[in-house]
Amino acid sequence: MRNSVHPMVSVPERSRPWSGLGWALADAWTIIRRDLQHWRLQPTPVIIGWVFPVMVVLMFGLLFGGAIRTPEGGDYFEFLMPGMFAMTMLFGLETTMIAVTTDVARGVTDRFRSLPMSSAAVVLGRCVADMLNSMVGLAIMIVTGLLLGWRWHDGLVNALAAFGLFLLLRFALLWMGIFFGLVAKGPESVASVQILVWPFSFLSNVFVDPATMPAWLRVIAQWNPLSATASASRELFLNPGWQGSGWVSENAVLLAVVWLAFIIAIFLPLSVRKYRRLSR
Amino acid sequence: MKNVEFAIAAHGVRKQYAGAVEGAGLNGFDLAVRTGSVCGLLGPNGAGKTTAIKILSTLLELDAGQASVAGFDVTTQARQVREKIGLVGQYAAVDEILTGRQNLVMFGQLNHLSHRQAQQRADELLEQFALVDAAKIPAGKYSGGMRRRLDLAVSLIVSPPVLFVDEPTTGLDPAGRREVWAAIRSRVASGVTVLLTTQYLEEADQLADQIAMLKAGQVIAEGTPDELKATVGGDWLDITLSPGVDPGVVAPIVQPVASGDIRIDPELNRVSVPVKERTRALVTVATALAAAGLEPEDISLRRPTLDEVFLHLTDSQQPGTESSL
Repeated sequence: MRNSVHPMVSVPERSRPWSGLGWALADAWTIIRRDLQHWRLQPTPVIIGWVFPVMVVLMFGLLFGGAIRTPEGGDYFEFLMPGMFAMTMLFGLETTMIAVTTDVARGVTDRFRSLPMSSAAVVLGRCVADMLNSMVGLAIMIVTGLLLGWRWHDGLVNALAAFGLFLLLRFALLWMGIFFGLVAKGPESVASVQILVWPFSFLSNVFVDPATMPAWLRVIAQWNPLSATASASRELFLNPGWQGSGWVSENAVLLAVVWLAFIIAIFLPLSVRKYRRLSR
Repeated sequence: MKNVEFAIAAHGVRKQYAGAVEGAGLNGFDLAVRTGSVCGLLGPNGAGKTTAIKILSTLLELDAGQASVAGFDVTTQARQVREKIGLVGQYAAVDEILTGRQNLVMFGQLNHLSHRQAQQRADELLEQFALVDAAKIPAGKYSGGMRRRLDLAVSLIVSPPVLFVDEPTTGLDPAGRREVWAAIRSRVASGVTVLLTTQYLEEADQLADQIAMLKAGQVIAEGTPDELKATVGGDWLDITLSPGVDPGVVAPIVQPVASGDIRIDPELNRVSVPVKERTRALVTVATALAAAGLEPEDISLRRPTLDEVFLHLTDSQQPGTESSL
């Protein structure tokens, strides 16, 4: 009764050594390739992810921009673009969460965890794939900004520093995304994050100058980590909106870096811990 | 692989979930599965079957007790354990966007085959599991049976000496179920140790050499399917009556040959009698029924089903009833 139904082929054994950085990198590359295959097989969500921030820029710039008072006057796009670069990074949070939580819900994460592969490889693969995605998104936004008349005014080096800051923001959000993705009960619960992204962004200096807000809201908006990145990049680009007074404005770059380092310091270990002790 | 008598061994394993309402944890779980055999872990929902599999496959940490797989401790030697196991989950754990072949190649590479080896192995497995036609279709578009077969194929890319199979046929139609059974049997033939959980007694009967019955996180009985069936008290004599005939009339007639409680199934209008001496009981009952002027539709002798064994064992767990084990 228990005879073989199919002719047995020789089954390869796992024979090669199972440790070392080399294998972790090889495994990470396999995971990155998986994401790139996803892009090719299901391009729609990826492309929407890239085009959506462009739509937001056009909507705010052209529809509302005329009615918004820009600090020190000037073109609204000059004020808006640095904030929108930061917000583009924030949209990436959702991409990471969906990818992580879908793998958990489908059992793919358990499959990875039952393999003798490095757990760092799974995370590293996710990290590189998402950063690549966001870099393309950021590049598209930079081109959009240039077409709409936005410019940087303090040299290429400072501009590159600002772009680096956006990627650091994305890196910090990556760890939040992995943690919340592991905690989420399934892809459906990501919807709440998609909604919360908006009040979180409105309560910052992305779209309007906090000076126009009531005092108590102004404090929240100024201390919002998204504002910190936006202010710091406005300072590096010499775009309007960075000259405000007070400690927060005077130390924008420092505050941005500290905020992001703080987020990484909290969520990186939390994510690793949660991944190791995932019990679903 | 280390030469061990028992490929899977668990002793006094405990696991409680924080805030869990129902008792899906383990509560002093003991199990020993001989190398090269197939053990069916049988029990209703919430008995702890999946928890047991997750602990043994290093996905979940145990609270207390000790467990080893292929001679390696699941807590202190998790990495070595992972090198020896394959896991087939309750849900088909494959990437739904990738095609069947891309899934096999990816997991082949994560099993550290070279790209060429992984591709070769993927093609072999696609053929072995009758998925060649679906090789280039995203796994998300597969039928339940196909997806489960792909899941199984992914688990068998490299040859794991120990295979965990968690409810492989839940939610499949009969055809899909037979496909998966055939796939599992083909692996068993090559000497793999298998721990299989199932809610279906027929499935355990079909595939397992040894069955462990799980209730509330504890193994309440263990043995071959035949041994477990014997605990109910031998064979059953089924007397199916014509519609309208009161089974209550038959009960006193068969009472003298009964070795245990008589069961009456009103829907089928059937009286089931546990008997010790097969043929003598059959002849005695047939003669007595004829003498009483009753002509049943069918009289047959059969071995007990595992359903009856399970009910018998869980009944005998009630306080005040003597357990036969």
